[in-house]
Amino acid sequence: MPTRLSATRLAARLAAKELGVREVAQAHLDRIATLDATLGAFLTVDPDETMRWADAAQAKIDAGEAGPLTGVPIAIKDNLCTAGVRTTCASRILESHVPIYDATVVRRLREAGCVMVGKTNLDEFAMGTSTENSAFQVTRNPWDFDRSPGGSSGGSAAAVAAEMAPLALGSDTGGSIRQPASLCGIVGFKPTYGRCSRYGLVAFGSSLDQIGPFARTVEDAALLAEAITGHDRRDSTSANHPAIATQALKSGTLRGARLGVLKETLGESTDPRVTQGVERALDALRAEGADVHEVSIPSIGYGVTTYYIIAPAEASSNLARFDGVRYGLRVEGKGHIGMMEATRAAGFGHEVKARIMIGTYALSAGYYDAFYLRAQQVRALMRRDLEAAFQDFDLLVSPTSPVPAFKIGELTSDPLALKMLDYCTIPANMGGFPALSLNCGFADGLPIGLHLMGPVLGDERLLQLAYCVERALPDATGRPPLP
Amino acid sequence: MPISLDEVRHVARLARLDLDEAEMLALQGELNALIGHFTDIQNVNVTGVEPTSHAVNMNNVWAEDEADDPFARDSALRNAPMSRAGLFVVPTIIED
Repeated sequence: MPTRLSATRLAARLAAKELGVREVAQAHLDRIATLDATLGAFLTVDPDETMRWADAAQAKIDAGEAGPLTGVPIAIKDNLCTAGVRTTCASRILESHVPIYDATVVRRLREAGCVMVGKTNLDEFAMGTSTENSAFQVTRNPWDFDRSPGGSSGGSAAAVAAEMAPLALGSDTGGSIRQPASLCGIVGFKPTYGRCSRYGLVAFGSSLDQIGPFARTVEDAALLAEAITGHDRRDSTSANHPAIATQALKSGTLRGARLGVLKETLGESTDPRVTQGVERALDALRAEGADVHEVSIPSIGYGVTTYYIIAPAEASSNLARFDGVRYGLRVEGKGHIGMMEATRAAGFGHEVKARIMIGTYALSAGYYDAFYLRAQQVRALMRRDLEAAFQDFDLLVSPTSPVPAFKIGELTSDPLALKMLDYCTIPANMGGFPALSLNCGFADGLPIGLHLMGPVLGDERLLQLAYCVERALPDATGRPPLP
Repeated sequence: MPISLDEVRHVARLARLDLDEAEMLALQGELNALIGHFTDIQNVNVTGVEPTSHAVNMNNVWAEDEADDPFARDSALRNAPMSRAGLFVVPTIIED
C-alpha cells in the first residue's frame, strides 16, 4: 500500500516507474476521504489541484529530472500561503482568503516535485498547543480519537501519523512542530532560525517563527529540510547559508557523542511515565556508546514567562495588519476605526484576542520596561547559558512534552495550565537553536517524544545524531491503531 | 497590581478590538492570571545583560536596488473586501 511507504521509498519507486505519481496521490486522497471525517486534520482538500501538482511531478520524472522527493505527497499547514488555494490560518478573518503568491517553502516544494494533498488544521494563527483553537474544527489524535494531537500544527502531525501523507510542513514558534510530533509519535524538526525563509508564512512571533518538516522517519525529515531551506532574499532574516545538507546523514555515530540531559525538564512537573520513557531511551543510547551526563541550566525555567511576553508582543504588532482594508473579512462600523474594531472583534477567536491583549499590554506605556524589556534580557541570558552548554555537549536532551497526549477539552478551561506545557520546547525558539522530536516509547499506548537540541547552524550534525538515535531505539516507533 | 476593567478597556481600544462586556471580563481574568505568573522574571539578575530582540545575531541586510516582478494591480486587489477603479475602498477618514 503506497500510503505506508516512507517518502524516501516512495520517491525511489516513483523514479523507477514502479508507481505513478497520480496513483500515489490518489491513494493518499482516498485515505484522507476515509479517515478525515473522524480525524479532522485537513481544512482544504482539492483533488483537482493535487492532480495538477501530480502531473507536474510526473513530467519531471518522465524527463529524467526527478529529485529525492519528486512525486511524494505532502500536507501543508494552513498558515503557509499557496497561490490559488485558500489559506485561512484557521481563522474567520481569513476564511475566504486565496493567496496570490506561494510562500518560498511552497515554491521550493513545487520545484522539488512534491505533490500537495491539502492544507491542514491548526490553532488559529498558530496560537495554541492542542489544535482546539481552530475556528473551524477540532483535530483528533490518530492514537486515540478522544485526545488532542497537540498543536499548533496538529493537523499536519495527525496527517503524517495517520498515513494521509508521508510528509507535512508545520511552523514552530514555541514548539508547534515538535510538541504535536511528540503527541502523534512521529518526527518533527525545527531548523535553526533563518535557515527556512519565512516569506509567505503568516507571521505570529517573527523573532521566533520557523517552518519545518514532519515525517515518519528522520531521513524523510532531513530530505524535506534540505528541499525547503537555503537563503531567500525575500526574507531579510533569512540566514545567508546554503540549504541543509544531507549527504553525511548516515555517517554519524553515537560512540562518544556528548549528550547533556536537561535536569530542569525531568522534575516533578513531568509525568513519571514520560520521565521513565526518556530514561529508558537514554540507557539505549548509552549502550551505543553515547556519553550521557546531566546538565542544569536554571534560566530555562523562565522560558514560559519570557515566551508569553515576547510572542504576544510580536503577535499584537503582526496582527495589526488585519484591518479589513486589503484582504480578509470586513465588518462595517462607525468610521474607519469602528470598522477595524468591528472587523477584528468578529474575525478573531478568543485566544487570538487574548494574546493580542497581552502583547498590547506588555508593550504599552508604563509596562514596557517591566515586561517586554526584561523578557528580552532574560531571553539573552537563556541563550547565553545554552550556548555555553553547547561548548560541552553535542546535543541537549529532554522530553518534548511533559505529558503524553491529553484529552480534548481537558485543559481548555485552564489556559494557563495549557501554556505551561511548552517548557521543554520554548528554549530552542528563544535562542534560534535547531531541535527535533522523535518517538522514544509509549505510555499506556500513547507516544512519548524525545527532544534533541543542537547549537545554532548545527542542523546537519543534529540530524545525523537523530538518525543514529532512531536506529538505537528500534522498538520505539509503531503505527497508530488505524485500518 | 491586578489589571482593572478600565485598563482592559484601554488596551482593547489600543488593540482595535471592539469587545463586549462579557469578553472584557473574561479577558481581565485571563490577563491577571498570566501576568501574575510573569512576576517570576522580576527577580532575575539581569544587570549588564543586553536585551536581545532576535533569535540569532544579524548585521544589516542589504539587497540590490533592482526592479522585481511586482504583483499586478488586479491580483493585489483580488482579496480586498471592497475595491473600485483599481483602488482599495476605505471608510471616510477625513470629513469635508
